Amino acid sequence: MAVTVRIPTPLQRLTNGQGEVQCEGKTVTELLADLERRHPGIKERICDQDGKLRRFVNVFVNEEDIRFLQGDQTAVKDGDDVSIIPAIAGG
Amino acid sequence: MANAVTRTPHAQPHARPNPMSYMLGLKCRECGRRYPKEVVFVCEYCFGSVEVDYDYDAIRRSFTKASLAARPKSLWRYRELLPIEGEPTVGLTSGFTPFFRADRLAQALGVKELYIKDDSVSHPTLSFKDRVVSVALTRAKELGFDTVACASTGNLANSVSAHAAKAGLKRYIFTPSDLEMGKVVASLIYQPTLVAVDGTYDEVNRLCAEIGAKYPWAFVNINIRPYYAEGSKTYGYEIAEQLGWRIPQHIVIPAAGGSLITKIAKAFKELALLGFVEGKSPKLYCAQAMGCAPIANTIKERADIVKPVKPNTIAKSLAIGNPADGYYATKAVLGSGGWADSASDDEIIDAMKLLAATEGVFTETAGGVTLAVAKKLIEQGKLPKDESIVVCITGNGLKTQEPLLNRLGQPTRIKPTLASFESNLGDKLSGGPAR
Repeated sequence: MAVTVRIPTPLQRLTNGQGEVQCEGKTVTELLADLERRHPGIKERICDQDGKLRRFVNVFVNEEDIRFLQGDQTAVKDGDDVSIIPAIAGG
Repeated sequence: MANAVTRTPHAQPHARPNPMSYMLGLKCRECGRRYPKEVVFVCEYCFGSVEVDYDYDAIRRSFTKASLAARPKSLWRYRELLPIEGEPTVGLTSGFTPFFRADRLAQALGVKELYIKDDSVSHPTLSFKDRVVSVALTRAKELGFDTVACASTGNLANSVSAHAAKAGLKRYIFTPSDLEMGKVVASLIYQPTLVAVDGTYDEVNRLCAEIGAKYPWAFVNINIRPYYAEGSKTYGYEIAEQLGWRIPQHIVIPAAGGSLITKIAKAFKELALLGFVEGKSPKLYCAQAMGCAPIANTIKERADIVKPVKPNTIAKSLAIGNPADGYYATKAVLGSGGWADSASDDEIIDAMKLLAATEGVFTETAGGVTLAVAKKLIEQGKLPKDESIVVCITGNGLKTQEPLLNRLGQPTRIKPTLASFESNLGDKLSGGPAR
């Protein structure tokens, strides 16, 4: 069992068209590193040159925005759902 | 999953460029990548939001002060600066709302030159959202959509419902389930499919992104947002035109997602570029409620990252805890030399009462936020007392009556007799009986 990562449409070209992939890691940072190993090229789209999540990328662990948790150090475990979602403007 | 990029439902790839269109295309605000003027709302590469890019040289040739004189008094008088290709088809009577000098309020606040830009009487749904919806629905029709939708804190719900009814479009409206009754009724009357979601606005918004990825609808504030958001510029154009093409020194603006601030800034930049106004750009001030102040907090901390919050405020129309334009709004405010602050629920209500008692304008809670913050900034010396100040009133108080119910006292109830009138009103009577 692993963590399910939901991939936004623009990045699905890097995951052979899959909207969900399985990855492993104990934190969001480790998970993204594993995602990059399995699907090379994806991390530079999600993270800036310093390896930090881009300003307009929101990551949710089990429906909660990681900025309300421990950011990219938020813990993840087998069976969790992680979503990568572009910031959605509202109003 | 949010479908970041979708194409037009009935795109006409070989359509001849329209000579009336001044849109060059869409451009990423972050990395500058360019996209065709279709249904694209975030950059495929870096996830930055995309914005409409115009041919200002072409605009300059037809958009002149002389040409404006003969145009209708609606937001469409600025048509060249709006992102449509043909003639406007929706919201032909929206915009060009009152702008007036507010001397009694100025006196109460101890300032010299104060103006109200009053979208509380916007036609037809009594908020500034009529501007963005007019543009969004005109563009949605051009793009071939027959169904429109939105995620809303209330005012947008009312406006999409009404304009889509008149335009003959199918309409799906999503709101948090705890909205004020006035906003619920003022949507239902137009017979949309109104979906009340048990969650915050931010949760509604995220749900709508997923629905938008699955259904071929124009979500005005999601997948056709680059066009929609441009409608807010007309609020800024009107301030300049109604001031006689002068630039006010200070503008206090409410913020939910932060878009209005960025578009007022853009409006003044465009007017300067086109030679309509001269001089220094206005200083912009962001007003939020204390119970939901992610942008104001970022500005006050001069930070780069907007930290999301969980909203808890009576100003429900501003209750967006994760404002996607927060970063740009922060940049616009700080770049202009402006500032920000937030108001408590009591301060919001006091400001609503003050505006009504001095200027005869009944604004919603969001207007209370704006005025309460303006008052605070004046008291702090951030807003100079002897310079021109515009307060942006963007919605109508009839829609948000609940927080006022126990705060305004009661009517004096009497029997239908003169004796009852005089005994009950007693010392409230002034002037004495007529001779």
